[in-house]
Amino acid sequence: MELHNIEKLIEKYFEATTTVADEEMLKAYFSEDDIAPHLEQYAPLFNYLSKAKEERFTKQVPLKPRRDYLKWVSVAAIAIFMVGVYFYQPTPPPVTLADEYTQEEIESAKEAFALLAMNFNKGTEQLYHLEEFEKTTNKFLTKNN
Amino acid sequence: MKQTEFLNIVLPFKDKLFRMAKRLLVSTEEAEDATQEILIKLWSKKNKIESYNNVEAFAMTMTKNFCLDRLKSKQASNLKLVHSNYTDSSTSLQSELEAKDSINWVERIMAELPEQQKMVLQLRDVEQYEYEEIEELLDMKPTAIRVALSRARKTVRKKLMEKHNYGIA
Repeated sequence: MELHNIEKLIEKYFEATTTVADEEMLKAYFSEDDIAPHLEQYAPLFNYLSKAKEERFTKQVPLKPRRDYLKWVSVAAIAIFMVGVYFYQPTPPPVTLADEYTQEEIESAKEAFALLAMNFNKGTEQLYHLEEFEKTTNKFLTKNN
Repeated sequence: MKQTEFLNIVLPFKDKLFRMAKRLLVSTEEAEDATQEILIKLWSKKNKIESYNNVEAFAMTMTKNFCLDRLKSKQASNLKLVHSNYTDSSTSLQSELEAKDSINWVERIMAELPEQQKMVLQLRDVEQYEYEEIEELLDMKPTAIRVALSRARKTVRKKLMEKHNYGIA
């Protein structure tokens, strides 16, 4: 390797006009032992640049085909929610009797209820006898005490 | 895409991503985390990966952006401490011993460069990318790249000369 050539390349190197091949040549020159004394000062630079390329990434990277379960769960939840909203029907407002039945029907129902009440009262009147029965038993119980 | 296919795509340049991250973030652990993050991001985009015409350039740009964000964010506040350790090289015995290794000087000098110059220097002088690729990766004009590169190289030379002339021993 011509020394003159190397000097020129170094000059070009610092002006950033060298090609990759030129830079390779410089690195190769400085990797050898017989470097001209006045160029020795550049040796650490080029040796470092060659050395720096040897550094390796050794860390293991966990590459699991991880599924985004959470994403799909939230999608499903929203879908269910939307379906719920879509099919939800509010309970209808209470209907009045007048809406459902005609006046005649209501009247006849009232009559039927009145009849039922009358008979029911008849039944309760019979309970009066029970009351009388209780009076006598109470008397009997108090006497016993 | 299967895991092995993905690894075949990623393996050739994962070291480059790591070195780029380390150049920017300085600390090895930070750089490892960043690289891992980028690879996981790529993995999650594995179905789209075939449509990218240059996966390496894409990954490199991702790494660059990720690291710059990292440096900007508060999470990186610890890094500044790491950084300032380098400037203070003459006090402790430890750093004097380290400084004897002149190759390591270059690394420390490079750590002091502005980010853009660091990236250009890393891509060109370490990874030997062509100027066109660097233009694309860093979104810079060719002249800007040459200027940054020349400045970076000259700064490294100047600082290296200083160390060389004054000597540490």
